Amino acid sequence: MTATEPPVLRTEELTIRFGGHVAVDRVSCAFDRGTLTAIVGPNGAGKTTYFNLISGQLRSTAGKVVLFGQDITGLTAPRRTRAGIGRAFQLTNLFPNLSVLENVRIAVQARHDTGLDIWSLATRRRELIELAEHHLARTGLLDKMDSVAAELPHGDQRKLEVAVLLALESEVLMFDEPTAGMSVDEVPVVLDLIHQIKADTAKTVLLVEHKMDVVRSLADRIIVLHNGALVADGAPEAVIASDVVQQAYLGTSSASGDGHG
Amino acid sequence: MLRTLLSEDFPRSRALTAVVLLIVLGLVLAPFVFPGIRSLNTAATICIFIVLVASYDLLLGYTGIVSFAHTMFFGIGAYGVALSLKAFPASWGAVALGAGAGLVLAMGLALVIGLFALRVQAIFFAMVTLAVASAFLILASQLSGLTGGEDGLTYRVPRELSPALKLVSAKVMDVRLDGRIVSYYLIFGSALVLVLGLLRVVNSPFGRVLQAIRENEFRAEAIGYRTAFYRTAATCLSAGAAALAGVLMALWTKYTGPDTTLSLSIMIDILLMVVIGGMGTIYGAVVGATLFVLAKNYLQVLMASAAETTAGVPLLNELVSPDRWLLWLGILFVLSVYFFPTGIVGRLRGRA
Repeated sequence: MTATEPPVLRTEELTIRFGGHVAVDRVSCAFDRGTLTAIVGPNGAGKTTYFNLISGQLRSTAGKVVLFGQDITGLTAPRRTRAGIGRAFQLTNLFPNLSVLENVRIAVQARHDTGLDIWSLATRRRELIELAEHHLARTGLLDKMDSVAAELPHGDQRKLEVAVLLALESEVLMFDEPTAGMSVDEVPVVLDLIHQIKADTAKTVLLVEHKMDVVRSLADRIIVLHNGALVADGAPEAVIASDVVQQAYLGTSSASGDGHG
Repeated sequence: MLRTLLSEDFPRSRALTAVVLLIVLGLVLAPFVFPGIRSLNTAATICIFIVLVASYDLLLGYTGIVSFAHTMFFGIGAYGVALSLKAFPASWGAVALGAGAGLVLAMGLALVIGLFALRVQAIFFAMVTLAVASAFLILASQLSGLTGGEDGLTYRVPRELSPALKLVSAKVMDVRLDGRIVSYYLIFGSALVLVLGLLRVVNSPFGRVLQAIRENEFRAEAIGYRTAFYRTAATCLSAGAAALAGVLMALWTKYTGPDTTLSLSIMIDILLMVVIGGMGTIYGAVVGATLFVLAKNYLQVLMASAAETTAGVPLLNELVSPDRWLLWLGILFVLSVYFFPTGIVGRLRGRA
């Protein structure tokens, strides 16, 4: 962590209300380049809603989202993605009837701004296809690139979700429970990938995760959300040991946290 | 060469290749193999509807947008040429003026509808297009002074397209080479270019974005595509191609009226052709339009002969009476949708 550099991303008093319910409550937090921050909290704490506010799927009621010093609160989701915020979703969110390769290629194409090309052939833009294959190789899906996305086993769909995110080459990468519903032997593949991304010090990673062993092994820092508010923020061991976490989160689930809370 | 022409989007099935080749060959040779005004008329109608259906499939099958305004754009193209040829002496300049004006108006109107309505839910967009198309139909029927009202417009086409033109005095394979033939090949050639153009568009990076929007609009936005822009662009392109199909129709029939271009029953025909052929494939439009137009034109003839042969059988004779042709057409559609849920092309490609 370089203390002198301003944070890549920060939220200021970020709030969203649904009727009388405050789902995210004045959350102020800054995320530095080269760090992985885990966001934990019980179900309904507002973790995914907080993600949606950052990546633009939801508009905040109050507060700001600031990326590279620019206020992006008014930007739509696609413009935030183009500004450098990439997002993988909790519920697998793919292009179901397109091939595995096409799912990633379409994201590469978005990153390289070739969507408006109406006259060349997608099959002849080799450079885009090669990039897509590169991301599939990283996620171990290269041999399945011709399969239809919807027909992949669940674990592979989760990997494809990550491959699509990688293809966006974002500065900020947001993972929402990347290992949810994966079988035990598949989890390490995704965790390895996140480790690799983290090793690239140019990236800023945000991770929502239930499994405490995953959080422990990956996170540089943990923030805890409870009833929409930020209740703890700090180094993993300190946060996990703190009273507020023991009560708010771990009290409701086992300490080793196998996650289906 | 062929790879480039077909935009590397091959039929991907022997049966489908055979069917498409048969259709193309049939259309190329139609004036000579199926002589007669009626069959030539059918062939030209098939060419025009292939363009119309393929352009609609760009919206429905590729982008997942349901619109009921497609005949409106078709009609705008046809009326553009009709009004121009009515106002000016029949010349290619007048045709170009009418076609250009129709194209611009159709794409402009599509842009306005797209900007105002594509942000709302799909069902509301469909309703908006239905309302606009109905209003346009009423407008065309009521503005008798301009459009000829219900009666429509008849006009002269450039001399090169009229039967008065004789290319050679002798007959070729028993067919007189007159302006009708020139006109037919103009329509066939234009249709071919337009269909290959649409095939190119759907296989371009742009076309792939449209498919991504159809598959999962939410995710398409999340990876950075401004989907409202792409959907509007697709609507405009589709409207432009429909208007050009309308231009061809106006040139072929020398008559443009609300019933032949704007009516909602044509809209329903287009929907059926897309579904029967197979959504999301340009080949589906080719197969669907051909079968549908053939069935519409020849089912009655077929049934008349069936009725004659079964003249003595009481109930059967009633059933196959030519007056019941719509019933049989309906049954054919229900069966084809039931047995080929992914359309004929989906079935032939073995994905059904």
